[in-house]
Amino acid sequence: MTRVVLLGTALVLLLSGGISCGGGPSDSSRPGSSANSSVLSGTVTVLAAASLTETFMALGEHFQREHPATRLQFSFAASSELASQIVNGAPADVFAAASSSTMHQVVVAGAVAGKPAVFARNRLQIAVPVDNPGDVTRLADFARRELAIALCAPEVPCGAAAVRALESAGIIPSVDTLEPDVKSALTKVELGEVDAALVYRTDVQAAGGRVTGIDFPQAVEAVNNYPIAVLADAPNPAAGRAFVALVTSSAGRRLLADAGFQQP
Amino acid sequence: MSREPERSAGLPAALVPLAGLALAFLLLPVLGLVVRAPWRSMPEVLSRPDVADALRLSLLCASLASVVCVVLGVPLAWLLARATFRGRSLLRALVTVPLVLPPVVGGVALFTALGRTGIVGRWLDQWFGITLPFTTAGVVVAEAFVAMPFLVISVEGALRGVDRRFEDAAATLGATRWYTFRRVTLPIVAPGVVAGAVLSWARALGEFGATITFAGNFPGTTRTMPVEVYLALQRDPAAAIALSLVLLVVSVGVLAVLRERWLGSRV
Repeated sequence: MTRVVLLGTALVLLLSGGISCGGGPSDSSRPGSSANSSVLSGTVTVLAAASLTETFMALGEHFQREHPATRLQFSFAASSELASQIVNGAPADVFAAASSSTMHQVVVAGAVAGKPAVFARNRLQIAVPVDNPGDVTRLADFARRELAIALCAPEVPCGAAAVRALESAGIIPSVDTLEPDVKSALTKVELGEVDAALVYRTDVQAAGGRVTGIDFPQAVEAVNNYPIAVLADAPNPAAGRAFVALVTSSAGRRLLADAGFQQP
Repeated sequence: MSREPERSAGLPAALVPLAGLALAFLLLPVLGLVVRAPWRSMPEVLSRPDVADALRLSLLCASLASVVCVVLGVPLAWLLARATFRGRSLLRALVTVPLVLPPVVGGVALFTALGRTGIVGRWLDQWFGITLPFTTAGVVVAEAFVAMPFLVISVEGALRGVDRRFEDAAATLGATRWYTFRRVTLPIVAPGVVAGAVLSWARALGEFGATITFAGNFPGTTRTMPVEVYLALQRDPAAAIALSLVLLVVSVGVLAVLRERWLGSRV
């Protein structure tokens, strides 16, 4: 699990007195946010799907600029793992999942305040090492036994999506490992330890040039919705709501679109 | 150190509550597992074929890993205890690195060494067509990597405690060094070797981080019990508790039998 504390960013912004809103290109997007920015303070804990790592880190910097008295703390992992943490009482303010069914687990447990809002959609892509040692070009190559293939475990949203895509294509994959979250599947490709993996296209984009992404037509069968919600036992619900508002704002949507997410 | 006033057990009274607290701290989580276990659905959970697979794989890999630890670890312990060379204390410190390394980091380190593109793994792949990641052999490698320091430390300690006069006596009677090692030294340190093997077996059985990183997770080939428990926790927490109990009973059972059979009450 990666835990990132953006305290440093907050301090720098505080010291530079960077509360002025002239700099960023996306500041106009949240009318009225300046009215409550003065009251928001304390730590905001956001549990988010591993595939949201880069986008939420960027949104976090944006959030700290708007609410310099807050301290944003992220925990990125497989949505299903985060859901089980929340159900077991993990103290957090916001949960952003990579599928409606993982969010549903938390809703059923009564751990969500209000109704989750879908803020983005994502679809799968084939990720291969840059030199493509297995010469993978299409989803059907996942059935080739001589290749090392990684998928996400079916418990995890990206794994559930992979199962849907492969089933709709009628392909029985020759899988070597079922990874606990999408980032570890991507890492195995980056390290060159597997010939191909199914990950989100946003992960391929976030990896820059370190892996190659290949689109495949069956990906439309396995589009994931990303819901976000403030949690019922949130220690800092006001700041949690502000973070959700930022994610669903036009600035948030723009950042998500830049990262390769689709509009809900 | 000043002598405590005479007491029946010879124990400073202040230690008793702390010891009790430590005992409660160690045993309460185990008790929690027992209390929360879904006893009614236990037979159903345990009869799942993937659970039997994971348990079989766990026992097999942990046993193979402790064999690897003994075969390679005893000579290393001997080297550390007996040979005199520069940098020996540095070497001893390096041997214990896997003890303090987070297991996931250990898994990544194994990739860089033995992975398909690793510094040694590349040649294993090119020359022999052997790739370790995502195979059962990879599980054994990952488990042996984290477990071997336990054996080395245990055996090295035993070797240092050996009265050298027995070996000298063997030598004066004409025994070769190899014969002396086999017939004199090894029998003396046998309890240390067994204790170290048991410790490394237990460590290997519970190993999770390095295994899931280096060997991945696939039912039947690399999905050991700890990985099975981790995944079950996301899908069905009650089943995860049931599986944890199984692992607990098996490991405690094996350790108890071994202790009875080999060690008397020495460990």
